[in-house]
This record gives sequence, C-alpha cells and structure tokens, in this order.
Amino acid sequence: MKHTLSIIVNNQAGVLTRIAGLFNRRGFNIDSITVGRTEEQGLSRMTIVVQGDQRLVEQVKKQLHKQIDVHKVMDITNEPMVARELIMIKVKASPTTLQEITNLIEPFRAAVIDVAHSTITIQATGNEEKLNAIIELLRPYGIKDLVRTGFAAIQRG
Amino acid sequence: MRAEAVKFDNQMMEDPATKEKTGAKMLMECFLREGVDVVFGYPGGAVIPIYDALYEAPIHHIISRHEQGAIHAADGYARATGRVGVCIGTSGPGATNLVTGITNAFMDSIPLVVITGQVPTSLIGTDAFQEADITGITMPITKHNYLVQNVNDIPRIMKEAFYIARSGRPGPVVIDIPKDISYATGAFHYPDSIHLPSYQPTVEPNASQVSKVAMAISEAKKPIILAGGGVLSASAEHELLLFAEKLQIPVTTTLMGLGGFPAAHPLWLGMPGMHGTVTANRAIQNSDLLISLGARFDDRVTGNIERFAPNAKIVHIDIDPAELGKIINTQYPLVSDIKYALQKLIKMVKPTDTMGWVGQVLHWKKEKPLTFKDTNQQIKPQYVIQQISKITKGKAIISTDVGQHQMWAAQFYHFEKTRSMLTSGGLGTMGFGLPAAIGAQIGKPDQTVILISGDGSIQMNIQELATIAEQQLPIKIVILNNSFLGMVRQWQEIFHDKRYSSTPMKGPDFVKLADAYSILGLRATTKEMVRETLEKGFNHSGPVIMEFIVEKEENVLPFVPPGASLDEMIEEGQE
Repeated sequence: MKHTLSIIVNNQAGVLTRIAGLFNRRGFNIDSITVGRTEEQGLSRMTIVVQGDQRLVEQVKKQLHKQIDVHKVMDITNEPMVARELIMIKVKASPTTLQEITNLIEPFRAAVIDVAHSTITIQATGNEEKLNAIIELLRPYGIKDLVRTGFAAIQRG
Repeated sequence: MRAEAVKFDNQMMEDPATKEKTGAKMLMECFLREGVDVVFGYPGGAVIPIYDALYEAPIHHIISRHEQGAIHAADGYARATGRVGVCIGTSGPGATNLVTGITNAFMDSIPLVVITGQVPTSLIGTDAFQEADITGITMPITKHNYLVQNVNDIPRIMKEAFYIARSGRPGPVVIDIPKDISYATGAFHYPDSIHLPSYQPTVEPNASQVSKVAMAISEAKKPIILAGGGVLSASAEHELLLFAEKLQIPVTTTLMGLGGFPAAHPLWLGMPGMHGTVTANRAIQNSDLLISLGARFDDRVTGNIERFAPNAKIVHIDIDPAELGKIINTQYPLVSDIKYALQKLIKMVKPTDTMGWVGQVLHWKKEKPLTFKDTNQQIKPQYVIQQISKITKGKAIISTDVGQHQMWAAQFYHFEKTRSMLTSGGLGTMGFGLPAAIGAQIGKPDQTVILISGDGSIQMNIQELATIAEQQLPIKIVILNNSFLGMVRQWQEIFHDKRYSSTPMKGPDFVKLADAYSILGLRATTKEMVRETLEKGFNHSGPVIMEFIVEKEENVLPFVPPGASLDEMIEEGQE
C-alpha cells in the first residue's frame, strides 16, 4: 500500500541526503519525493510517497523522527488531504494532429506551454488518476519526454 | 588533571566573553566547559591549528598509532567511565580511518564526540589533497554530524554535540572543521542552554502506560528480565537490582548488559542467545512475560524470532521509540529512560508469587551450568578465563576483541561490576579490544584492566602496543592463541565440513614482540603453567602480554545455529 508522509525538516544543507539515505539503508523504497520551503523561516516540508505495509511505515516514521533535523513526521495517507503532482509531456505533433491534441487535453484543464515544429509540450496538474489518464490518451501520438515532479500533499481544513 | 582543567577554565571565564579567539582555541574552551580532560587522536595537516591549541591546553592528549586505535580508545574510555569519549583525526584518510570506530560506537550506543579536520573551505569539493566528504560518509553511522561553516558556530555546535551524544539513546557525533575555520577568529559565546526543538528525547515514562506494565507484571507467573546495554547507559543497575529482588524475577543480561547485574546473584541466569546459557534460553522460552530493559532483540539474542519466547507477552522498555516493535511485536511498549521506568515500577508493582518459577529456573541453573571438557595437558581457553575470573574476583575491567575468546569471556568471566565488560557487541569489530583497554585504563587508572584477545584479533590493531608502552599503561594482555580465526573455523567445522578456508593463521612470536615494545612477555604452553603465568603477569607493575597456547579446535558451546530457535541448542557433549 502507498503511504504519503509529510515531514517538516530543518532547511539546511545535507538534510535531503540524510532523509533519502535513511530510506535507502533501511530498505524502504521511495515512490516520489518533493521538497520545498514552508511558510516558516528555516523549515522545509518534504512529501514522500512510500510503498509498504503498516509495520514498515511505522518503522520509517520512527527512524525519521530520530533524525535531529526532523521536526515532525505525519502519515497523512488516511487523513483528508489534497495531493497534486505537476507533469510536463512532450508529444510528437504535426500540423494535422496539433488541433486534435489541443482538443483532447482541454477537459483536463491542461495547457500547451511550448510548440515546436514537430512537438508540443503540455503541462498538467492533478491527482495520480487524472495524470495517468492524460498520459494514456497522449501515448498513441508518441510521447518523446515525460517529466513528473512527484506529489505534494496538504491536509484539508 | 581535573583540578587543573577547572583552574584553566576559571582563567578563561575571567576573560571578557567577547574576546576574540581562534576556532581552535574555542574548541579547547568548549572541551573544558564540557569537563573533557583527555582526548584521543592523531595529528595531521588539517588539524595542525587544533593541535597547536592543544599544546598549551590542560587537556591530556593520547596519541595512538592509527586513527582506528584512537577512536576505539575513546570508545573504551566512554564505556568504562560513562563519560563522553573525545577523538580527533585529520581530514581525508585520518577521517576515513575513524569510520569503523564511529560505526562501532553507533551500533553499541556509546557517546562520542569526534572532531575531524577538513580541507580549507575554499578547497571543499575540488578533490583537494586529503579531502574526503566525511559528513557524507558518516551520515548513516552517527547520531548526528556537523560541517562547521562559520567560526562563530563552534561553541553552539560543540554544546549541542555533547548534549546529543550523551542524552537520549547515546551515540557518536562528528564535527568536521575546515582548517581555515580553526584559524579564523571570532567572539566566544558559550550558550547557556540548548535550543533543539526537533530533538526532545522522552525520559519520563507515560503514567498510564506504566500502570499497564505494572499490571502485566503483577499478573505474570513466569516473568523474566532481559537486561541490555540500556541499563548501563541509564545508570540503572541499582534500580534493576531492587526491582528484580523485590519482585523475585530472574535476570538474563545480554552481551552489552553484562555487569549490569552481579554475576554472583542467585537470580542471575547468565547471557541468553546464540552462545547463552541453557538456563537463560530455557527461561526465555518458558516465560509468560518477558521484560526487556534497554535491549534491542538482536538476532544473536533471539535466534529464530518467530519462535522466540513463544508463550510470553513482551514488555519492551527503551528510550528509543524506534526500537519498540522494530523486531518483535510488543504488547506493552514503554518509551522511557530505564532508571525512571524502574523507579516508578518498583513503587507500583505488587509482588506476586514467583517462587515456583524461580525454583524451576534455579533448578535448571544447577543442572545445566556452563561447562567444558577440561584436560590435564593442553590448555583450554575457557580454563584460562575461569582462572582470570577467580584471581580478579570478577572485579577487573575486561576488554575483548571479537570471536571465540569474546564469547568465552562473556561466558566464563563472572562480571560483578558494571561497566566492566568492554566489547564490540553490535558491529563485532576485531581490533577493538587493545585500544579500548587503553581508553579504559586512561579513564580508570586505579583499576585492573585486562584485555582478553585471540591471535587473530590482536593483530588487527597491534600497533597500539606502542601507545601502551609510551603511556606506561599497566594493561594485562591475554592472548588465547589457537593459530586459527577460531569462530570462523568453528562455523566451517559445523556447516562446511571442516573446509578450513583461510582460517589457519600464523602469528608473530608474541613474547619477542612484547620485548620489542619493552613490555613483559610471558608464554604458557601447558595447563599447569596457566596459574603461575597469570599471577606473574598480574603482579607485574607494568604492561604485560601473556600468551596461552590453547587447544586449537575448541568450540564455543552451547551454540544455537543461525535460524534455529533458542531451545534448539547444541550443548557440550552433543557435538
């Protein structure tokens, strides 16, 4: 099962290595990781999606908590939350397919952010389900490049 | 030494607080304020400014012959005294040579502050001469580490480092100091308090959880205490004794817990696990409540975890929340310093009738003591250790290396005093014993320090004999020489059809070697020489090497093969 952990850490050199290294050496596999500053000076938030059963995730949380640079570890998987990822997809496009692709992505509120003579680049945000749907729709046209940011999550309310 | 340090400290305190100091001098002042009067280390290019400051500081510096020797010595010092051990090494190879020692301390939760030199700030990241990313390298093997980037941060970082190293679950902290920062000057302000909102170890137990534990203990019919190294780090030996006696609960101590409960006590069952006593293992397997105090259910203790203590509920008390539920499901987890937890439990738990159970366990203890097949000719290694135990009445500080001799020391030396067994438990570092004995003797100059080693292990840090000779440390070195890497040989005998691949080993002439270092060297080759050799060695006022040529293919028994459960022991005579 996938777990989404929200972690508040000191915004300092080496902290990302510390956290990522901890996952690595305890044999926990990271699905995705995002980091950014919070509203509070000196603190960053990491959103880490990790695969594993309840016991493994408990151990991950405790090991994270032992790090001196970690302030707070929350497993928000079962909490009311919003999780979003941004993706950019470069797709082959000819003058004949360009309009078709543009129409296709419209219901997803995705945007064309670059057009070149044989490709277009599309940006989309959303949850995993929606983003997978866009990717599958675009696949037949020929995906040349795909960039995903990983999920950022925030609790509701 | 301490008085001198205090005097120097006072002198410094009289200086205006804002007086400019170099980073290296700040370091010295921080040492003094933390009560450090001895450091272990090895100089080099990047720490020249630090050694320059040491030159006039009232701090005793012990120079080793290899950085690994220095850090194990700091570790042995910390284990024997309960204080934070301090070690200094230079950048690059100096720092990487510390890595095994740092890991060793990390695995056994030993408080160390390790200072490493680093190339000057402007050269970091350029693959400069003797540059190594030691903060990167030591991230997974330290409780915390720092790369100092501003000289003004030194006092705060030092204060935090000592606090982190000794509080909560103790461990090593590395501080990497670039050379230019040691030379740079700044105003010295030693912080009064520590501000670490993200590090707040739980010391006092949760009251309602304590009552649940108390209730479980009151209801138990066959309780057993599994006491680990946490009892020692919490200085909870006295509380453990009161607790066990008041409630009449038998005690088994792990390798790290040896000495935490007196061996002569009738309730003591010996060590559990792979080479534990039949009694301790049987008692665990038959208990209905296992009370773990500062132990971490290491695989060498539990054997097959699925079949470990099958009838017991588990009370797990530890200061590190991450240990609870890591290996074994726990019905009664309690995050606490062991001392506080026991103080509360001693007051709350109503004694129950464990007489039948204790009688049963004591019967096993009498029926199944640790034994070995003694002979009249050849020296049995266990016999040598028995004699050491008798001569010292179990009151010496014993340092060991790793392997068969280590297990025999754990089995046949009767540790009556706390902090008297210095051994590499978690990492199993051969070469630990000799430098650890140095650290212990420096920290405890009035006590007898004995190294029990093997002919394999001793050669892993044998260069430290020079340190012993130079410092005139009266360490008693016992080498049980079987011309084998004995523990590996034992496994090859049992699991690999006696195919002794690379385990037969020829050592130097240890008596001649002793002489080369101006150390007394003695050798015993027959059983009747054992006692006189030991007495001669122990009565000698200086350092001594006593080599015992022992039975080559002796096995450590009992033996729970890996993957087997604790009741599937190979016992003496069943090989």
